[in-house]
Amino acid sequence: MSLIHQVKSLITKELILEWRSRYALNGIVLYVVSTIFVCYLSFKGGIQGPTWNVLFWIILLFASINALVKSFVQEPAGRHLYLYTLASPQAIILSKIIYNCLLMLLLSTLALFFYQIVFSNQVQDLLFYFLAVLLGSISFASVFTMISGIAAKANNPGSLMAVLSFPVIIPLLILLIKFSKNAMDGLDRSVSYDEIVILLSLNVLVIASSLVLFPYLWRD
Amino acid sequence: MTKNWWKILAAVLLIYSFIAGLLVAVPRLPILHETIRNLYFHVPMWFTMIFLYLLSVINSIKYLSSADEKHDFMAVETVNTGIVFGFLGLGTGMIWANFTWGAPWPNDPKLNGSAISTLMYLAYIVLRSSIDESQKRAKISAIYNVFAFPIMVVLLFILPRMTDSLHPGNGGNPGFNSYDLDSNMRLVFYPAVIGWILLGVWISNIRYRIRILQHKF
Repeated sequence: MSLIHQVKSLITKELILEWRSRYALNGIVLYVVSTIFVCYLSFKGGIQGPTWNVLFWIILLFASINALVKSFVQEPAGRHLYLYTLASPQAIILSKIIYNCLLMLLLSTLALFFYQIVFSNQVQDLLFYFLAVLLGSISFASVFTMISGIAAKANNPGSLMAVLSFPVIIPLLILLIKFSKNAMDGLDRSVSYDEIVILLSLNVLVIASSLVLFPYLWRD
Repeated sequence: MTKNWWKILAAVLLIYSFIAGLLVAVPRLPILHETIRNLYFHVPMWFTMIFLYLLSVINSIKYLSSADEKHDFMAVETVNTGIVFGFLGLGTGMIWANFTWGAPWPNDPKLNGSAISTLMYLAYIVLRSSIDESQKRAKISAIYNVFAFPIMVVLLFILPRMTDSLHPGNGGNPGFNSYDLDSNMRLVFYPAVIGWILLGVWISNIRYRIRILQHKF
């Protein structure tokens, strides 16, 4: 089987598994919605400017850690062994990253939609703000997939996941917040090109190093 | 004796940089005044930290390709020493900032970046302590080390250049060499950098040998 074929069938497997046990997906959607609602109730009278933007990204950060920590933990070790005999490690990590991108895209779009309803829309350049959310989903997915693979091998993956991923995600988060703030204020689009290029190249870097390092993590 | 020449060199260079750093005349600049002497102590800490982290990544890569425990020992001991130098760099920087910028922790991208990279290596230590099996621990921590290092480079060297920073050489501020690192200061600064890097390597080398002895017996 070629790599692309393997990746395709692995993603299909993930989608079918997720669809069968919808409680995981529903749980994480409910997590986002209730966090936003808790924030809404706590900030009485609404929020303005930078706080609006930063709060959205903080909510998204914690939701994505919770959503993606399970990508390796949830599966029993026997299934890993079975997959090992069937597919190449590159195909496995690539399919996980792509699947997590899709999951994060769904999650962050829902979050943005609900956040704008509750906290009234303050974004002036909605298309570019959505591009920031799209890039954010890809960044979160690519970083957290590899980190969850690392954390899954340790004793307490849940808390270790946050400790290991925060220092790695912070540079990306700083860029995302800056980029989305530009879009929120409706600045000229050329202002954000630097951020977009650096974000994209960081993502390429992270995915490339995942592809190189995952075979070592997998062989166990 | 022929093998230890670099240790003697480290000691000589450090003694020289302490004496010359505190006594040799420095340019009188507004705001900085005599605190400019901290350049000889603050900046070499960061250079040493980066150098030790680089050594650690090289050793982690070597471990992944050879599975030889010695490389893992070297990787963890360079990180341990690097963290100490990181804290020393933060400490000397905070004292300096308190006198020149008015606060120990101004909101500066370089400060925040170095704090985050320290967190990254503390996370590496936490990851190591949470795995019991020694080979598994070596492999997984090596993977995290290699994964995190490029991000740290971006954090420390690329992001601060994009925003305004109080540090020289960032965000439109001219670098040190353009106006105030005059030739007198270079004569002290470069030996100090080399001396501190050699001292850092020396400390991690001793710790590495202790670890090997502990492992054997």
